[in-house]
This record gives sequence, C-alpha cells and structure tokens, in this order.
Amino acid sequence: MLGAIGVSHIDELIAHIPAEARLNRPLDIPAGKSEFDIVDYFRERGDRGANGYPTFLGAGVYRHFRPVVADVIVQRSEFLTSYTPYQAEIAQGTLTQIFEFQTMVCQLTGMEVANASMYDGSTAVPEAAMMAVRITGRNKTLVARTVHPEYREVLDTYTKHQGMPVAELGYDAETGRLDMADLAAKIDSDTACVIIQSPNFFGTVEELDALAELVHSKGALLVYVFTEAVSLGLLQPPLQADIVVGELQSFCISPAYGGPFAGIIATKEKFIRQIPGRLVGETKDTEGRRAFCLTLSTREQHIRREKATSNICTNQALIALMGTVYLSLFGKEGLRELAVQNLSKAHYLGSHFEPRFSGAYFNEFVARVGDPEALNAKLLDEKIIGGLPLGKYYPELADSMLLCATEMTKKPEMDKLLAVAGRSK
Amino acid sequence: MVKKVRSHISQNEQLLFEMSSPGKKGYQLPDLDVPVVDPAAALGGQAVRKEIEGFPEVSEVEVIRHFTRLSTWNYAIDLGMYPLGSCTMKYNPRVNEQVARTEGLAWAHPYQPESLAQGMMEVIAALEGALAEITGMDAVTLQPAAGAHGEMTGILLIRAALEKQGNPRKKVLCPDSAHGTNPATAQMVGYDVVNIKSNDLGMVDVAELVKAVDGDTAALMVTNPNTVGVFEEHIVQVAEVLHSKGAMIYMDGANMNALVGVARPGDFGVDVMHLNLHKTFSTPHGGGGPGAGAVAMKAHLEPFAPTPRLKFENGLYGWDYNRPDTIGRVRAFYGNFGVLVRALAYIMAHGGPGLRNATMDAILNANYIRKGLEAFFDLPYQSPCMHEVVFSDDRQTKKGVKTGDIAKRLIDYGFHPYTVSFPLIVHGALMIEPTETESKAEIDLFIDAMQSIAREIDEDPQMVLKAPYTTRTSRVDETTAARKPIVRWKPSPAAS
Repeated sequence: MLGAIGVSHIDELIAHIPAEARLNRPLDIPAGKSEFDIVDYFRERGDRGANGYPTFLGAGVYRHFRPVVADVIVQRSEFLTSYTPYQAEIAQGTLTQIFEFQTMVCQLTGMEVANASMYDGSTAVPEAAMMAVRITGRNKTLVARTVHPEYREVLDTYTKHQGMPVAELGYDAETGRLDMADLAAKIDSDTACVIIQSPNFFGTVEELDALAELVHSKGALLVYVFTEAVSLGLLQPPLQADIVVGELQSFCISPAYGGPFAGIIATKEKFIRQIPGRLVGETKDTEGRRAFCLTLSTREQHIRREKATSNICTNQALIALMGTVYLSLFGKEGLRELAVQNLSKAHYLGSHFEPRFSGAYFNEFVARVGDPEALNAKLLDEKIIGGLPLGKYYPELADSMLLCATEMTKKPEMDKLLAVAGRSK
Repeated sequence: MVKKVRSHISQNEQLLFEMSSPGKKGYQLPDLDVPVVDPAAALGGQAVRKEIEGFPEVSEVEVIRHFTRLSTWNYAIDLGMYPLGSCTMKYNPRVNEQVARTEGLAWAHPYQPESLAQGMMEVIAALEGALAEITGMDAVTLQPAAGAHGEMTGILLIRAALEKQGNPRKKVLCPDSAHGTNPATAQMVGYDVVNIKSNDLGMVDVAELVKAVDGDTAALMVTNPNTVGVFEEHIVQVAEVLHSKGAMIYMDGANMNALVGVARPGDFGVDVMHLNLHKTFSTPHGGGGPGAGAVAMKAHLEPFAPTPRLKFENGLYGWDYNRPDTIGRVRAFYGNFGVLVRALAYIMAHGGPGLRNATMDAILNANYIRKGLEAFFDLPYQSPCMHEVVFSDDRQTKKGVKTGDIAKRLIDYGFHPYTVSFPLIVHGALMIEPTETESKAEIDLFIDAMQSIAREIDEDPQMVLKAPYTTRTSRVDETTAARKPIVRWKPSPAAS
C-alpha cells in the first residue's frame, strides 16, 4: 500500500503536521489487554455494586423485567452496527421499525405525531419548551416543581441564554398535585408553555382537565412529561396536552447507572414542522411499493444550520428499537397487566405508611419516615437499598422519602423493608 | 463487474399493526404475590384509560421473525465497508457489548448509595483519565449524550468563563466547512454566527480570520482535521490569533480518529473540544444512537463543568454537587454510562501503542483510496489528506450524474455509500472515510467498484441514474414524503 501511495514509511503520511502540533512520545496508556482481562476488569467493578440487593429506588429510573427477546434483537448486527438511515434503500429495516415506534408513541400518548426519539427524558423537556416558544412567539416557561428536579436543572441550562425565562409552580401540600392557584397567579400573556409531570416526581397523578383549560385560556401550550412510561398502560392518554415528552427507560432499558436511555417527543399534527430531531415518513419507491425515509429534514441542522429547530443530530435508535420490541411482546393487554401489577405492588407497600400526599399514585409514593437517611442506613445493613430521601430536592420534605415498587419487587422484600421501618401491620 | 455481492431472497413483512390478531401475546408475567388493586378504585375511574387502540397483538415467534426480517433489509458494518466520511464507521468489538451487560453495571441505579457505586465511578474516572491523555487536556466531562450535545456543553463553558470575566461577547466564528451542528449550537447558546471562508487549500484562511476576530468574538469552532480531511496546518497560529483577542478555540472532535496518538488538541492550542465516543472509540451507532459526547477542556474551563463532577477523597469516589461556577446540568444523571463502558473497553484493548496504530492505518487506508481514485474523480484540494478523502462529482456531472447517483450505484456493488454532498464548500462532494477497520482486500474491491462506476458513467449514464437495482426498494420518493408527511400508521378505512 505504501508503494502504491508513493511513500517509503507510513510516518511520511503525517509529515505535513507541523512539528509543534505533533505528539512526540507514546500515549501514557498501558499496552493493549486481552479479552479475558477486559471482561474481568468490568466484572470485578460490577461485583462491587448492588448485585442481589432489593431496591426501592425509582425517581426517574425504574427496574422492570427485560424479556430476553428484546436483547437478542438489539444485538442483530444489522441493527447494532448500522448508521442513521440516510440511504433509505439499504436501511428499510431501521426506517420501518422507527415508523412503528413513532406509531406506538402516538397510540400510547394520544398525540398525532411523534419523532424518532430524543437523547432522554430530561433533554426532551427543554426541546419541548423551545418548540412552544417557536409556536407561540412568546418566551416564558412555567414548570411545576414536581417535574423531576434534574429535568428542571437541564431546562435551566438550555434556556439560560436563549432569552427564555423560566419560573416554577408550587405543589398543593395536601394532594401533592400542581398548585392551581399558583398557576393562575403566574400565567400571563407572555407564557409560551406550562410544563407538568404525571405521575409527578412524588408519584402523584395530576388531574389535567382544569389545568389544561386554564393554560389554553391564556393561549399557552401544555407540555406533559412522564418519567415512568409504564403508567401509560393504565392512565388516560394526555389528550389535553399540546406536547408530550418523556423517558422510555421503563420499556426494557437497563438502569445502567443512568444511561443510555431514550426520550420521546409527540405533538399535534399542526405542529409537525416545529418538532426537533429525526422523523421517519411513509412514501413509495419508483415501482410504487411502500417504503420509508427520513423526512422534513429542512427543520434540521445539517440543512438549516443556525436557523434549525435544534442542534440535535441524532436519536436513540437502538434504545427505541428495544422499546419497540418490548411493546410488541407485551402488546395491548400486556402493558395494562404490567401496569396493574406495578400499581398493586406499590399500593401494598404504600398501605403500610402514613401517606404524605392524598393524591392518587401509580407505582411510587412519598412516605413520611422521620429520618430517611437513618432508615436507609439501617436498610443497607440488611442489604436493602431504600427509597430516595427528598430533603436534598425539597427541604420541606426532609422527613420523607420516595419509595417505588414495580413488578420485580417481591412481597418478602417489601415485608423486610416494612419490618426494618417498623411498619409491619 | 460486481465482485462483492449477488442477489438473494429477501422476505416481505407487514407492519406489526397489520399482522395483529386479538388475544395474541408474547409475554408471561409472574403471579402477583400481593392483593390485586382495582385501577378505578386506586386512581379514580376517569383516570383509567380504555384499551390502547391499534396496539400490536402478536406472539413471541412473530416478534422474533418480524424484527429479524426487518434487520435483513439493513446494511451494516458487520456486512462490509461503510465509508461514511466524518462518521468513522469502524468495527464495533463484540466484547464491548458483553462488558456493558455486566450485571452490577447494567442494573446499577443512578441513585444507589455511593458506597455501592465505586465500581461505576472507577470506570468513569479511568475513561476521563484516558481521554485527557489522548486529547492533551486537563479535565473531561462525560455527561453529554451525543456530539452536538457536547458542542453545546463546550460553548456553554466558554460563555460561562467569558461571563465570569465580565463579558460573554457576541459572536462565534464557524468555517464554511463546519458541520451544521456547529452554527446551530452557537445559536442555542445565544451567539451570532459568523461564517469564515476557507482558502483554496481547504483550510481556515488566516487572513480572513484575523479580520473577523475582535473584542466581540467569543470563540472559533474548528474541526481538525477539517471536513475535507485536511489537517489545519496553521492551527497553532489560528489559536494564537484567537487567544490574543481574549477569544477561545473550540474543536469539533468528529475527526479525532485521524489524531489519536499522533497529535493532541491540547498541545496545539485548543481550549475545549468534544469527542464522539461512537466514532473514534468504536461504540456502535445502532442505526442512529445512542452515542456519547465527552467534552475535554483546559484547566481554566474546569470550574464551569457540568454538575455533578466526579471527585476522589479519602480513598473513595463521590459526586460533587457543590460547584458554584457550573454551567449546570446538560442531562439527568451522569451521562450515557453504558456507552462509556464500551469506549473504555476499546481503549483498554488497544492500549497506547495500539491506538496510534489504528490512527495510522486509518490514514493509510484513506491515502490508498485517494491514489486509487484520483484518476477517475476530481480532487478539489491537493493538500495531503488524513483519515478521509473528499472528491467532487465535477467530472461526472458533465454526463448528468451527481454524487447522490454514484452513491446509489455503489449500493449495487455491495458497499454503503460515502457521505454525500458534504462538506458544502465542495461542489457535489464524495466524502470517503474507510477507517482502520478495512483490509486491503476490501478496499481494493471498493476502489474497483468506484472505478467501474466511473466507467459506467462514461458509457451509460442513464443506467447509473436509476440505481440501485438490487435493493428491496428502488429509489425512494423523498420529495412526496416531505410534501405530505405520513409519520404514523393508521388503520385503512376499508379494513375497519
């Protein structure tokens, strides 16, 4: 090869890099390791984690059973090692699957259009706010304090320099739902959108009708956020919302210490040209056969550059594939049955605690436990990971923790937690 | 003659929704070991949905067959060369997939106690350290989820640092060869974008740059090697021009596969950059994500890094949330950890010497392709190329055939096309990046295919315009798709 190129040594190929820019020593990284060593290195680190510990953590990341089939499919080379499907003729597999995914997201959320996925739930929130600003021509965002605290931090980071002021809305201390009086006081003719989460960070299900009416009466858009996608199997789809965003992790994605996950964004048909990210559309080939391709790319950065709807340049195709396979396996009946199991487990656990809020909850709830850190320490001695202490995010709830139970939480584990917490009946 | 492929049967398949029949399912839940709760009683009847209309009802074997059939409609690296310029489609080692599934890592909850998360934090620390060494930078954050997300993080860091000095400034400069994400990012961080013309070598025009940089300039976003595959030979001088006016230099690391072990951005003046772990560090593209966009920075930007930051105190790792100057969070939790595991596994398998060898092989492969094709396609820039080579379709357009048509014809020869029509400064660009993965035998087949297409264009351009011929679908009508967007399945009125 060197001969064909016309050089005698491979280093001649980089001779044009100026000397002051070149690295003149080996990288200080140990020599290559064997496959055995690599597997061993990660196994050893995994073993020092929480293998075998029952856990009651939810708060945006949920433990759900992962059917074997889904992991088999995502390891198909043709899905795993392909690129973004720009060349439609040799990417119909990915394109067809994304079209199915977009359809399922619409069916679950009651929206009319959905994109091919976002980085995750947290980054989908500011993208929804930016979309609302483009649609309404207004600039203010109101976000409920019961939206995941880390999602709100991400919203702040994104909006800070885009002339998009963000204000927070309190919650009703009795029900744990949005404080409607606070919304009524703060919403005005500059409000582009109101962002709420349901089930919210406390696990409480929001009541949308009155809320949506107020938001729409002021000409603003309602953005509905979810972190627990399984709730969509049981709760009414948020038809009152204008934009729905959320996190798909519950659909077969391992917790993986926080990622990779995938977000969704779905909306009404009339807003389709303001949606960020990739979209797959149905079309035909020259023979008139059904085919799919990426579409409406004039919204995107590679065409519009600084005038694009977002700088986003990817989706989370493989994660969305995993979710699509998962939803195909569970289907119409299964998702509901799964959701009922989650509801039942959480309510078994919840019935033993003094509820902090009266609002209905799905698979997590706030329990007043006195000293959450002390309880968690006692649980950890028993090799149980307790709930999330809330004082860090809500100082007024320093005596409470967020507890979650899913279909994977076994009754004996819950009974053990209750015993340690002194809550056995 | 097509040597690499021949036609074979491909199965037809409906959409999931069209193959459903009532009552079919592909799951079995465990028996419920607590009393079943009535949803209407717990949530209120009005809060409970009826059935999910149109949702699939299929069996497990139907699911397996459905997605396996779809998969056979895709091209993939595991099938052959995927020479997409700037995308670095290299082999994705399978051991990386296995280690990412290590139970204690894959099932770790981000809020589990730090005492039970030391292993994860060690992985993060090890990767941060390796990437700092590779880039010549002082600190690394692994929080961003993708390359463009890393760009946003980097420009936010620059903005925060300038604000701390009293003036965030107004504009960001982008060469006209830049990826579209660069100007889109600068805009999202509140900057005006000023485009800088490239010179006739495909490099940043230093004289143009000197004219453009002033007290309102926050940064230059530069890709090096740039999108025509050329190392910016005046990069040290470019950095000096910016620094002399108090501005900074951001590097888009999309093309870092040309530099690992050979040159370090931190040594040639870059203040902050992102790395696409799904390019340079082999984590799978997965049909378009997930990726990860690590950001490496000089010490002066570290105080502004996203929270939380990994810290090491008294022999233990932990997350530091107390960072008064931080730009804040760019995503929930700590980043795409599963992707980080794969990237670290790649670095461990190669080691320092192996990483440099990979870089040199990638450069060798690109130069070999350039030599093999320069008699057939127009080479707009004569500058030496690094890991990718960019031709233009100038010669072929005289016959009415454009880069996009050549790309479609290449599919018939068994290859994924190169990157089409980018960068914008090259008319009708063919941007080819073979990566180090490809053997001489595979590259020879590729060169042979491209030469053959060039001859076909001379002899029968009409034939090339209708390619591809061997795929499941012939050319797909993208115009109609955009004019009347159908982005979800609906039951046909006749069926209901």
